[in-house]
Amino acid sequence: MASAFDYAPAPESRAIVDIAPSYGLFIDGEFTEAADGKVFKTVSPASEEVLSEIAQAGEADVDRAVKAARKAFEKWSALPGTERAKYLFRIARIIQERSRELAVLETLDNGKPIKETRDADLPLVAAHFFYYAGWADKLGHAGFGTNPRPLGVAGQVIPWNFPLLMLAWKIAPALATGNTVVLKPAETTPLSALFFADICRQAGLPKGVVNILPGYGDTGAALVAHPDVNKVAFTGSTAVGKQIAKTVAGTRKKLTLELGGKGANIVFDDAPIDQAVEGIVNGIFFNQGQVCCAGSRLLVQESIQDELLDSLKRRLSTLRLGDPLDKNTDIGAINSEEQLTRITSLVERGESEGAERWSPACELPSAGYWFAPTLFTNVTQAHTIARDEIFGPVLSVLTFRTPDEAVAKANNTQYGLSAGIWTEKGSRILAVANKLRAGVVWSNTFNKFDPTSPFGGYKESGFGREGGRHGLEAYLDV
Amino acid sequence: MSTAAPHALADVTASDSTLRRFLHGLPGVDPVGLEARAASLGTRSIKTTAKAYAIDLAISMVDLTTLEGADTPGKVRSLGAKAVLPDPTDRTTPATAAVCVYPDMVPTAKAAVAGSTVKVASVATAFPAGRAALSVKLADVHEAVSAGADEIDMVIDRGAFLSGHYLKVHEEITAVKEACGSTARLKVIFETGELSTYDNIRRASWLGMLAGADFIKTSTGKVAVNATPANTLLMLEAVRDFRAQTGVQVGVKPAGGIRTTKDAIKFLVLVNETVGEDWLDNHWFRFGASSLLNDLLMQRQKLATGRYSGPDYVTVD
Repeated sequence: MASAFDYAPAPESRAIVDIAPSYGLFIDGEFTEAADGKVFKTVSPASEEVLSEIAQAGEADVDRAVKAARKAFEKWSALPGTERAKYLFRIARIIQERSRELAVLETLDNGKPIKETRDADLPLVAAHFFYYAGWADKLGHAGFGTNPRPLGVAGQVIPWNFPLLMLAWKIAPALATGNTVVLKPAETTPLSALFFADICRQAGLPKGVVNILPGYGDTGAALVAHPDVNKVAFTGSTAVGKQIAKTVAGTRKKLTLELGGKGANIVFDDAPIDQAVEGIVNGIFFNQGQVCCAGSRLLVQESIQDELLDSLKRRLSTLRLGDPLDKNTDIGAINSEEQLTRITSLVERGESEGAERWSPACELPSAGYWFAPTLFTNVTQAHTIARDEIFGPVLSVLTFRTPDEAVAKANNTQYGLSAGIWTEKGSRILAVANKLRAGVVWSNTFNKFDPTSPFGGYKESGFGREGGRHGLEAYLDV
Repeated sequence: MSTAAPHALADVTASDSTLRRFLHGLPGVDPVGLEARAASLGTRSIKTTAKAYAIDLAISMVDLTTLEGADTPGKVRSLGAKAVLPDPTDRTTPATAAVCVYPDMVPTAKAAVAGSTVKVASVATAFPAGRAALSVKLADVHEAVSAGADEIDMVIDRGAFLSGHYLKVHEEITAVKEACGSTARLKVIFETGELSTYDNIRRASWLGMLAGADFIKTSTGKVAVNATPANTLLMLEAVRDFRAQTGVQVGVKPAGGIRTTKDAIKFLVLVNETVGEDWLDNHWFRFGASSLLNDLLMQRQKLATGRYSGPDYVTVD
């Protein structure tokens, strides 16, 4: 944005975070090498700089971690809820104290803007631990009977888009309910989970209650398949979710899956236009669109299409793309080269199928993985970009004429995670929300999260709920 | 100039009902979303060169104001001198945009800023309540304009607006605009703190612009809630949309309650990211403030010297 008022660079100092040249696996309260000595590197997607070398867990390590968790389970689950709550509150407070450090770390490893890690991710991470700490001694009053029991060892696999937040969503309810945990962070973003391991030690959490095993898909597969795991929780792609469902089928393991999405953001002609534009931007460009509940399909009422698109394009021209550590950056880097390739190929597919591509004038940095905010008009339900999850900063714009048509189009997807409704008419919000098959329906807002509100999907977006009172159920024998 | 409404929207002001239909047909405002957007722009980090630029820009946009019953010619002369040369220790400091006084002080103010770029603005039209007959308001305006006021700050009749008599408000603004003649620019004050809803603020903004306002201004500074980032953002959106529809550019002036450099910079970010550089000068954006200037000057001195000097290093008035 060339303007008379050009903001000077305002980078957050990375001196606050001390990244070691290498990290081990976190098993039974200790950092340890992988049994077969394998390692992998994690890079900063904004610069391709190697940040650290990470031990890669194999089958033997998974077994070791599950055994440690099993052993710890006996004591941990026997603790009174108030005692478990003390540890969780302590973890929550340490996260708050170290939030700036963790925000910088997350931005370095993930590529998302510091504005988002600082203002969205970290406050929510702490809030989840506080929230579930509050439940730990009240499980008998949560509506699952007077004495709900923990399941045992939870094997948890989380994605790279919100590394620390997804960790919090998984670990906080698991610990609050008395389970122990073996968690595999994504291979592109293992660092914040390893820092969390350190926080567990700092909080004096008993050994083996939380184990962290960085690695690739095979590590996750070994964890999911381990016979002594009682509960599997996975957030990630629908394809992997299906494999996991097959692995778990026929076992006694409990399973929750939080998978892909193709959220519809429906804008009616009486919507508050300026706020709808903000909501659309927040819906699809938050975390570079790498959000499972992103509002990646804009359904706009035909009568205001031109007006809304003009406003949207003008707004996109003011987005600031660049150094994620700069406090003024709105759009950061794509998490990995692999993901960038996927976005690029889907966008090319969109063009070849006849949709019209538009991006603001936008200079991309020379190093790192970057993709300009993009929107497609003339999109129909039949286009690949209206059906497949792109998981990138790419918005597909479709139109509708009547509320019924909006609902039909919004529901016409194999997914069902999120949706948004924009209208000044309250009765329409209620009527439309009732008909949408989506786990979350936001009205006159988008991408709002809170630990007290459950989150999860329909259809190929998965099953089970995380967050809120509902989130306890997945970790209890009810 | 019987009707100031641009041709494209001339029909809108044909009657009370057409005007009401138009104003109520404007897109609604979602308060939560509006305030969230204003707050998020408030977190932009402005430092070094950008901060120096913003401070000088903000100084040049200040309408240095004294609107007390106890105003004396001496005070107004002193204000004028300060407007022309805000920081005698650093002559690179820009002059403020204007001094803003009551109508009877216009000749004094005019003399005090003579030969400079500083304009004289006068709050005419029975400021701040606006509760007087139209003839009284127009006489107020005539007196200020003939004494040389370059700008007239008028208050709208909030009673008429809130009871839905939009055409009456429109006619008043049109009449005042006419009384301003070809020389004085008209700023229309809505007293947003009394309009109670954001929807009303958007309607008032359009009403003011349809009637020929050169500037729309949040408030008098005399009520509890004055300029806020949210109501200023909303008014910026209104002038942006008005220009897109009619080609006519209108200025914006938040007034009251903006006291610190930090606050002023937040408002400049709102301008920058909502309407852009077309509004980033004092012909199109102003701060109605009296104590803001000193904080801007102290921050400016700090940037120049690396040290914070304190309030005794700037003049009290």
